[in-house]
Amino acid sequence: MVDMSTTLGPASFPNPVFTASGCAAAGQELAQFFDVAALGGVVTKSIMLEARSGRATPRMAETPSGMLNSIGLQGPGIDAFLDKDLPWLADRGARAVVSIAGGTVEEYAKLAQKLRGRPGLAMVEVNISCPNVEDRGQVFACDPRASSEVVAAVRAKVAADVPVFAKLSPDVTDITAIARACVDAGATGLSVINTLLGLAIDTTTMRPVLGGVTGGLSGPAIRPVAVRCVWQVRQALPDVPILGMGGIRTGLDALEFVLAGASAVSVGTTVFGDPTAPVRVLAELEHALEVRGFARFADAVGLAHRPPELRVPEDADPPGDLLPEGAP
Amino acid sequence: MPVQVLGEVLSVKRVGAYQAMTVVAPGLPELTRPGHFLAVQVGGPESAMLLRRAFAIYDVKERGVYGGTVEFVFSVHGKGTAWLSARRPGDRVDVVGPLGKPFRLPKDPVTATLVGGGYGTAPLLPLAHALRERGCRVDFVLGAGSADRLFGQLDAKRIGQTLAVTTDDGSVGERGRVSDVLPEVLAKSRSDVVYACGPMAMLQAVSAQAAAHGAPCQVAVEESMACGIGVCMTCVLPVVGDDGLTRMVRSCVEGPVFLGDRVRWSDVGTVPPDVVGAPTGGH
Repeated sequence: MVDMSTTLGPASFPNPVFTASGCAAAGQELAQFFDVAALGGVVTKSIMLEARSGRATPRMAETPSGMLNSIGLQGPGIDAFLDKDLPWLADRGARAVVSIAGGTVEEYAKLAQKLRGRPGLAMVEVNISCPNVEDRGQVFACDPRASSEVVAAVRAKVAADVPVFAKLSPDVTDITAIARACVDAGATGLSVINTLLGLAIDTTTMRPVLGGVTGGLSGPAIRPVAVRCVWQVRQALPDVPILGMGGIRTGLDALEFVLAGASAVSVGTTVFGDPTAPVRVLAELEHALEVRGFARFADAVGLAHRPPELRVPEDADPPGDLLPEGAP
Repeated sequence: MPVQVLGEVLSVKRVGAYQAMTVVAPGLPELTRPGHFLAVQVGGPESAMLLRRAFAIYDVKERGVYGGTVEFVFSVHGKGTAWLSARRPGDRVDVVGPLGKPFRLPKDPVTATLVGGGYGTAPLLPLAHALRERGCRVDFVLGAGSADRLFGQLDAKRIGQTLAVTTDDGSVGERGRVSDVLPEVLAKSRSDVVYACGPMAMLQAVSAQAAAHGAPCQVAVEESMACGIGVCMTCVLPVVGDDGLTRMVRSCVEGPVFLGDRVRWSDVGTVPPDVVGAPTGGH
């Protein structure tokens, strides 16, 4: 038995496996396949102030070991979400990580205000990969100042014991600069990473496949990029908790993120092909830690950053025992 | 409540231009109604193809030598379906189903016309059985590009009171589209209800002709899906609700069966400006 509990700032979770925003709706559909309260948390699809229709179809293109999506944040709006979806999650004992998205700093602040004090709210994830309508559609997540304004506005409205995570885009020159700006603005932690911008062209119609032309690339195809981003953010900000995500399909994939520095992971696109993937990944991760001799999940977080002299001999049975408590 | 089963393939048969696969799927047949679909993983556990392929359920058997089985029909037109067609008895495939909302059945013994395009006929055959069990009269109109792309013609002939066939190339039946013969069939059979499954353009034409005839029409749509279970939001189309408002609804959970007169056919593939949550200046 491995102690799988984890902490993200002031909040603790029974285990480190979460769903990913946009890949689990608000939990109801996946509850047909497993108990959503068995996960560390359910990260909801990004919710906006108003109902939103999303973009035209086709909204999806399968690519090698990945997919492009251009949904356009279709959703019911925050009021319907608070009426139905959040209470549903709370009733089931699930820990809701509510992802919020807006077009202005003010919209983010209003969303955070509406979430304040709601039962079942375990954490807020700020989706900053949205166009800033007050800055010619420049994406918040690509600009340290815009990112920090959003995070500060949200942090000011969310109760102190509820972690606020900023979800970072990999489509930037230096992800650590954005990470630092978010943390300086009050982010408890960082969700790493959002999708990469991509484009697929249909060679029969000789036009872009997606109705929205470009789309976000996700799935195992982006995993090495995601692990690199987690690694860099962990190195730059070793004390800031990271929710790692990007193409996790198995427990060993999840372990890569953990070793790179993630205190929890989200299973996203894999759910589309395997609705029970989150609970499977949790079981596989626990097993992977067990056979490596870990008594506590927390001891594995960031372990790939340990100094070279702390080597794990190949023939060692429980490798975890060779390392000091809380390594590195 | 769908089930997820790693089921053994019992058979893969060529049926004209299509393939019919039967998989052992305990628990699935009992839950299945005509119009339900299933979603199959392709390429194996290490597959580079992440998304499930969705197919209408053709036939289920609750009991038998192999336990519960499910059969579905598909057309090979990509790497995923090519992989599926290369499965052999004894191989295993991961199936999730039944999914979606099935066809609604009439309470009274009415006269029903069933219109199938290509392998869209597959879910109509179990529907025809269910209708017959309720004392309904069933008439079939089947269409396809060519004779080898017609599906279920013999079964339809056996179950239905009448069968009209059209092909684009005239290789069997009348040359033309189902919409060339449907009005006459509806008039002759005095059809009370219409059910259809096939390409979107066909469903649009059938919905219009059913409406002109005054018969309610249920259609099972074919939208491109990523998950089949309602979480990915890719398979949406504009549908008018009971409140008269149009929403982008998921064909996997709110469909695949819709009332033909509720789908805004001409706006499929767009976001109509009057849809709930349509983009304003802000987005």
